[in-house]
Amino acid sequence: MFNESSLNIKNKKVQRLFNILFMLMTVLLIIPVLIILVTLIYKGGGIISLEFLFTDPVNGMTAGGIFPALIGTIWLVALALLISVPLGVCAAIYLSEYAQDNWFTRIINLAIINLAGVPSIVHALFGVGAFVIFFGFGTSILAASLTLAIMTLPVVIVSTRESLQAVPIAFREACWNMGATRWQTIRRVVLPNAVSGILTGIILEVSRTAGETAPIMFTGAAFFLPYLPQGIFDQTMALSLHLFVISTQVPNVPEALPYGVALVLIAMVLLMNSVSIAFRMHLRGKKKW
Amino acid sequence: MVNTQDTPIVEVKNLSISYANTRALNNVNLQIYKNEIFGIIGPANAGKTSFLKTLNHMDSFNHKMKVEGEVFFQGINVREVNNIYALRSKIGVVFPLPVGLPLSIYDNVALSPRLRGIKNKQDLDIIVERCLQRAALWDEVKDRLHALGSLLSGGQQQRLTIARALSQEPELLILDEFSIAVDPVTTMRIEDVLTELKQEMTIILVTNLVQQAYRLADRTAFFLTGDCVEIAETESLFSGQVTDSRTNDYIQGRFG
Repeated sequence: MFNESSLNIKNKKVQRLFNILFMLMTVLLIIPVLIILVTLIYKGGGIISLEFLFTDPVNGMTAGGIFPALIGTIWLVALALLISVPLGVCAAIYLSEYAQDNWFTRIINLAIINLAGVPSIVHALFGVGAFVIFFGFGTSILAASLTLAIMTLPVVIVSTRESLQAVPIAFREACWNMGATRWQTIRRVVLPNAVSGILTGIILEVSRTAGETAPIMFTGAAFFLPYLPQGIFDQTMALSLHLFVISTQVPNVPEALPYGVALVLIAMVLLMNSVSIAFRMHLRGKKKW
Repeated sequence: MVNTQDTPIVEVKNLSISYANTRALNNVNLQIYKNEIFGIIGPANAGKTSFLKTLNHMDSFNHKMKVEGEVFFQGINVREVNNIYALRSKIGVVFPLPVGLPLSIYDNVALSPRLRGIKNKQDLDIIVERCLQRAALWDEVKDRLHALGSLLSGGQQQRLTIARALSQEPELLILDEFSIAVDPVTTMRIEDVLTELKQEMTIILVTNLVQQAYRLADRTAFFLTGDCVEIAETESLFSGQVTDSRTNDYIQGRFG
């Protein structure tokens, strides 16, 4: 009764073929990531120590630690988030919950997609023109963070909007039917159920911001500074630029040093990503509908 | 039974609804009176749900929906109401598919009172218990009020939705095919509840179960492809006193 026809056999073969094809592609994807990690740990792992993380670079940046760059990156990322998150989340709430589907909204959405596609070097030059010169912030943490914020805004908006849209429309309709205003509906039903997704998006955002070099190199990140930034109008060192500088601009740098800096930068990003993955797993465990 | 001399709680005049090029409702006129259960029967695509949406002006959320004509609730034209939120809070709506909000069972029922500004925990406790009791759900959930309402079974969620609608202390309760996702036993329990609720509020019962309208409704309207074919006392409608032969055909199950 359940004898296989030739069609059944063919279907099975094709199915197996595609299974293998997709798996191969996935494995292919992992290989470069593994190679990068293994190389970094192999060549730069030895240099990592508490002293490396918490002392200043010395001897024309050919020795010593990376403390000012580490602190600078934290400054830049934190301030950029402080600017882009409120702006992006508010804009996403407007686009998802209030805006009607008309030409105006469509133009805004198009602009956001385009903004996401602008190369980071163009953002950098915009940052110089707008924040460093026009607003007169000079090359400073503020100008660099603003540039980073503008660059990451579209990603914050899109990921927040997706999280909001993932909350079923039926929940909103039930609330509206009860006589709730749009804001009451957003605050009591939509946001509480989207907040984990929004946070996940923001954390992923942090990891992207931390690695950017071009947007900060003309706007606020310094080649070398022997002191820590005292405020947002100071310049600062940053890990990504420091890596670029010691790999290309400084002679006689020991081979392990750039690998060590790269490893710290990647470790920071991986740490952030694992936090976001843990968050998502926590979220999945508490499925609400 | 229903005194048609009273001022109606809902009055619909020349109501037509269309979506783009398709007509969903054609020039409907009807009155619904206080403390009656008004049944609406009819096959799919009859315009029943579209009709309901106009009663609390929910069509304002759907820009493809074009509404002509007038709808009066307690003598006030709902299209000209200043405080649309107050109007909606007086009308409880239960959808065909249960919508348990992703909040705790308690918060689901307390949501509407909270929107009205009731904050006192004891007051809320009383409202929540009373509404869950009346929706025949209290006994099943009283020990886990803080579990998620959206994870209850379909039938329980539908009773939760009814409890939530009751927490609005509505003057009009709209049930749109509430029994689709509910088992027959629970359906009978809810039907018993509805006959009790009739003392306090007006109920519009849209149903695809002709017998349900027969059991519950005081008057019944028959909608067909956007036309309100017939409105009559349920008794007379089901005893064959109809003006349009299609009504009889539908009630007898000959089409639809």
